[in-house]
Amino acid sequence: MITKDEVEHVGWLARIEIDDAEAEDYAVKLSSVLDYFGQLDEVDTDGVEPTYHVADIMNVFREDVVTPSLDQKDVLTNTAEEKDGYIKAPRII
Amino acid sequence: MTKWLSISDVKEKIAATSAEEVTASYLELIGKSSINGYTCTSDGALDTAKMVDKGEVAGPLAGVPIAIKDNISTKGLATTCSSKILEGYVPPYDAHVIERLKEAGAVILGKTNMDEFAMGTSTESSCYGVTLNPWDHERVPGGSSGGSAAVVAAGEAPISLGSDTGGSVRCPAAFCGVVGLKPTYGAVSRYGLISYANSLEQIGPMATCVGDIAAVMDVIGGYDARDSTSIDKKIDHQAALVDDVKGLKIGVPDEYFGEGVDSGTEKAVWDAINKYEEMGASWENVSMPNTKYALAAYYTIAMSEASSNLARFDGTRYGPRNDGENWHVMASRTRAENFGKEVQRRILLGTYALSAGYQDKYYLKALQVRTLVKQDFERAFANFDVLMAPTMPLPAFKIGEKVEDPLSQYLTDVNTVPMNLAGVPCISVPCGSSDGLPVGLQIIGNHFDEATLIRAAYSFEKNTDHNKARPGEVA
Amino acid sequence: MVYENPDGVMVGLEVHVQLNNLNTKMFCGCSTQYHDAEPNTHVCPVCMGLPGALPVINKRAVESAIKIGMALNCEVVEQTQFHRKNYYYPDLPKGFQTTQYDFPIVGNGKVVIEGEDGEHVVRITRAHMEEDPGKLIHMGSIEKSKGTLIDYNRSGMALIEIVSEPDMRSPKEARRYLDKLRNILDYLDVFNGDLEGSMRVDANVSVMGGQRAEVKNISSHKGAERAILYEIMRQKNLLRRGGEVVMETRHFDEARGVTISMRTKEGEHDYRYFPEPDLVPMRVSDWAPAIREELPELPDAKRARLISEYDITEMHAKALTSDIRVADFYEVVAAAIDPRVAGTWVADVLKGELNYRDLSVDSFTTDDIIEIIKLVGEDKVTEQSAVDVIRTILDNGGTPMEVVTEKGLLKVKGDVVTEAVSETIAENEAAVQDYLGGAEKSLNFLVGQVMKKTKGRADARQARELLVEALKD
Ligand SMILES: [Mg+2]
Ligand SMILES: [Zn+2]
Repeated sequence: MITKDEVEHVGWLARIEIDDAEAEDYAVKLSSVLDYFGQLDEVDTDGVEPTYHVADIMNVFREDVVTPSLDQKDVLTNTAEEKDGYIKAPRII
Repeated sequence: MTKWLSISDVKEKIAATSAEEVTASYLELIGKSSINGYTCTSDGALDTAKMVDKGEVAGPLAGVPIAIKDNISTKGLATTCSSKILEGYVPPYDAHVIERLKEAGAVILGKTNMDEFAMGTSTESSCYGVTLNPWDHERVPGGSSGGSAAVVAAGEAPISLGSDTGGSVRCPAAFCGVVGLKPTYGAVSRYGLISYANSLEQIGPMATCVGDIAAVMDVIGGYDARDSTSIDKKIDHQAALVDDVKGLKIGVPDEYFGEGVDSGTEKAVWDAINKYEEMGASWENVSMPNTKYALAAYYTIAMSEASSNLARFDGTRYGPRNDGENWHVMASRTRAENFGKEVQRRILLGTYALSAGYQDKYYLKALQVRTLVKQDFERAFANFDVLMAPTMPLPAFKIGEKVEDPLSQYLTDVNTVPMNLAGVPCISVPCGSSDGLPVGLQIIGNHFDEATLIRAAYSFEKNTDHNKARPGEVA
Repeated sequence: MVYENPDGVMVGLEVHVQLNNLNTKMFCGCSTQYHDAEPNTHVCPVCMGLPGALPVINKRAVESAIKIGMALNCEVVEQTQFHRKNYYYPDLPKGFQTTQYDFPIVGNGKVVIEGEDGEHVVRITRAHMEEDPGKLIHMGSIEKSKGTLIDYNRSGMALIEIVSEPDMRSPKEARRYLDKLRNILDYLDVFNGDLEGSMRVDANVSVMGGQRAEVKNISSHKGAERAILYEIMRQKNLLRRGGEVVMETRHFDEARGVTISMRTKEGEHDYRYFPEPDLVPMRVSDWAPAIREELPELPDAKRARLISEYDITEMHAKALTSDIRVADFYEVVAAAIDPRVAGTWVADVLKGELNYRDLSVDSFTTDDIIEIIKLVGEDKVTEQSAVDVIRTILDNGGTPMEVVTEKGLLKVKGDVVTEAVSETIAENEAAVQDYLGGAEKSLNFLVGQVMKKTKGRADARQARELLVEALKD
C-alpha cells in the first residue's frame, strides 16, 4: 500500500508535480499495481544472484581517442532558451 | 496490386520503374491513410530514392522504403517517442541502425506511432492519438510498436523497425498479422534507441514475410562499439532461410496456455504446432515454473529503469518548458504537463521501487526472479531447439477497452515478457485467426540462435498460407 | 608534543580530481581540452545526455584510477562496476550521475601528512570513478539569480573522487592533506592541477557536541582552509549559544568567505543507486600488476632516495620533492655539480625566489642555474651577486653571463680589495679607533665601506679578513 504522503514524496523525488486530488487518485492506482508486484514475495530467492545483465560480458572499453563533438548550433538547437552559447534555465533555488 | 510488397517485389518494381516512383507511391498511400500509423514522413525520402536511381547509393536495401518507430533517433527528422515532452525535438545524430540502413541504401519513409515512450500494448497512450488496427478500425494495433506493425499490415511500408522491451514488436505483429522479431539482447546496437528499459529492450524488424526479416537483420544486426552491451557475434540470417524442420525439437510450455488464453488463439497455435509435426518436427510439453512471476518482475525492472532513463526530460536541453519560480519547479511542472498519465505512473512506481527502504523488496527481488526465469529457459533449451506459444493470449482488443485499468493491460504481456528477462530471441509469425482477427505464433530460440528461429519460421511460412492473409478494405 | 584538539574538530574531505590529462572524457570521445573554449562546443550526444546516446568507458581513465589508488596505498578491488546516482540538477544532463557505489575501484588506503604534532596518518576510505557534471553560472548570487547559464563542456569529464576518513583535526591539516594529495597526483601525471576546477573539495566538518555539516563548492586549497576555519567557528559559536548543529549541506561562498545553508528538503537525498544497465562490469584485478609496474617513484620514496643518493639534508629533500618538477630539476643540476651545493641553491635560493614570484620551476633552466653555481664555485662572482643574477633573469630575462657583464658583477681581484681596505682605514679614523677599542660592531661598518668602494663585487668574507689582518698591525 502506498499512502498519499508517499505519493507526494515520490513525486518530488521524480520531479513530477502532483496536486492533492491527483495524489489521492495515484495512491489508489499505484497501490493496485504494487499489490500485484507483491506476489514476488512468494518466490523463494534465498541465495539467488540478481541478474543485472543477461549477457555475461565484462571489460568493455574504449581507447582514449578523440572523436568529433557536435557543432554548438546542434547542441543548442533543441533548447527552449539559449544565451551567448549557453543553455539558459531558471535559477536553482 | 501495389500494396504489401516484399523487399524482392520492391526491387523488381524499382527495376521496372524507378526508386523514386516506388517511394512516391508509398508516400501517396501514406497521405491517404486512415489508420494514423505515421507520426511524420521524411522530407528526404524522395531525395534518397533519386540518389539510388542515379547509382549514388547502393547496397542490399537500395531504394527499399522502411518505416521507423518514433523512438529511434533519426538525424534531422523529428523523434518524439509519441510524447509531448519531446515535441519539436530533432536529433542531431542517427541511431546505429539508421546509419546501417542508410549505408544499405534504404529509404526512410517516416516515423511511426507508438505508445508514449514504448509503455503500452495498444498505442493508445500516444500523444498523436491511437493507430487503428488495419483489420478492424475499432481495435488497437497492439503496442508499443503499433504504428510500425500497422503500416506494414496496411501496405504503407514494406518493412519497418520497432523496439521490443516486453513484447512491443511481437504484440503488434500478432495483432496486425505481420512477422516481427525480437533479437537476442546484444545482437542489435541500441545506440540511438531512446531507452525505456535498457536492460530488456532490443530493436527488431517487422515485415510481411520471414525473408524480409532476415534481410533487415543482416543489415542492422552485429557489433557496435558505441553500445557496451553489444555482442560481437556474426549471424547470417538469410542463410537460415531454409525450408526444413525435420528433427526440430519443439518445447511447448504449459504455462503459456494459461486461463486467460482465448480459445480461438489457442486453437490456431495448436494447429501450427501440429503442422510442424507434420513437417517432420517433434514436440513435447516443457515446464517453465517461474513464468507466473515473470510479469511482476518485468514491470518492476522496467519501471525502475524507466524512472531513471526518463529523468533527462526536464525541459532544459530539449522539449517544451513550463514556467516555474526555480529550476526544480520548472522541471516538475514540465514533466507533469508533458508526460502522459501512464508514463507518469510508471515513473512514480519505478521511483518508489528503487527508493530507500523498498529497493530490496521490489527492484532487487525482481532481479533475483529474473535469474530464475532465465534458468527456466536454460533448462528448456538443454532439451529443445525452440519453444512455441501464443504471442498474445488474445487477439486485438477494442480501443478504449483497457485504458482505465492499467493492470489489465499489463496482464496481456504475460507471454512476451519472459523472453526480455532472459534476453533470448523470439519471433511472432501469423498462424491463423480468431474471430476474424490475426493470431501470432511465437517461436522462441536460445541466445544467438536466430538461425534456428528463422529456419523454423520460414519453413512454416513456406508450408502454410497464413502470412498471405491481408486485411480487407474496412469501411 | 601531542596535539590536544580541544574542540574535537573532525574534518573529512571528498576531493574530486579531474583527469584532464586524458585525451577524452569518461564515457565519450569528446576532447578534454575545453578550458579556454566557447561554451557547449566540446559536447556530443553522450555527454549532452541526448535521448538514445550510450556511454562507453575510457580504458585509460580506469587505469588512472587504479594508479591513483596504488599511490594512496589502497587495495584494488577484484571486480567493479558503475552505478547511477539519481538526482535532478540542471548541470546533470541525464538526470543521474554515472558513478560508483558499493564496489569502488580502490579503497582502504592512507596518506601521511605533516600534522599538528608531526607525522599524521589520514586514512583513505575509498576512491571511485565518476563523471563531472556541466558548469553552472548563476546570473547573480545563487539565491537571487535571474537565471542559470549552463555549459556542458565539462560534462562527462572523468573524475576520481577520493574520500578520506574524518582524520584531520584542523584547517591546517586539511590544507596539508590537500597539498600532499596534489603532490602525489602530480607525480602520477594523471592531471594538470593548474587548470580551473581540476581539484574540487567537499569538506565534512564537525566539532565536539554537534553533527557534521558538508561544505560544498570549494575550489582551492586555500579556500578549503578558509571554509573549514569558518565552519568550525560557526559551529562552535552556535553550540556556545545553546544552538544545535544539524546535519546539512552548506555552500561555500568564496567571495564572502562564508558557508550558506542549502536548506535542502527532508529526505531529499534518496539517490536510488542501481547498477548502470548500459555498462558492463569490469574485472580489474588482472590488470593491477601491470599498472603497478608502471607506477612512478612517489614523493616519500623520492625524498628518501635523494637523501641517500645525494647526501642532502632532510629539509632540502622535502622542499625539492614537494613539487615533482623541482625534484626533476634538481636531479639534472645535481648531475652536473656538487649535489649538496646544488641542493642549497635549488631548494633554498631558487625555490624561494620562484615562490616569491608565484612562478613554477619551468621559468628557469637547469643550464642557467648550473652556470651560475659554477661561477660562484670558480670564485668569479660572489654569492650575493649570484642571487642577484637569478632575480634579474626571473624578472627581466637574459643569460647569466649577460646579466653578469651588464651589471659588472665579475668579482674584483684581491689587490683592488686590499687597496679599498687601505683607503677605508685611512678615511675612517674614528671607526678604526672604536674597533681597536673593542667595539666589534665597528668592523661591520668598515666591511660595508669596503663593499661600497668595490660596488659589491668584493667578497664580504674576504674583505672582513683583510680588514682584521690590516688592523692587527
Ligand atoms: Mg561523487
Ligand atoms: Zn561527449
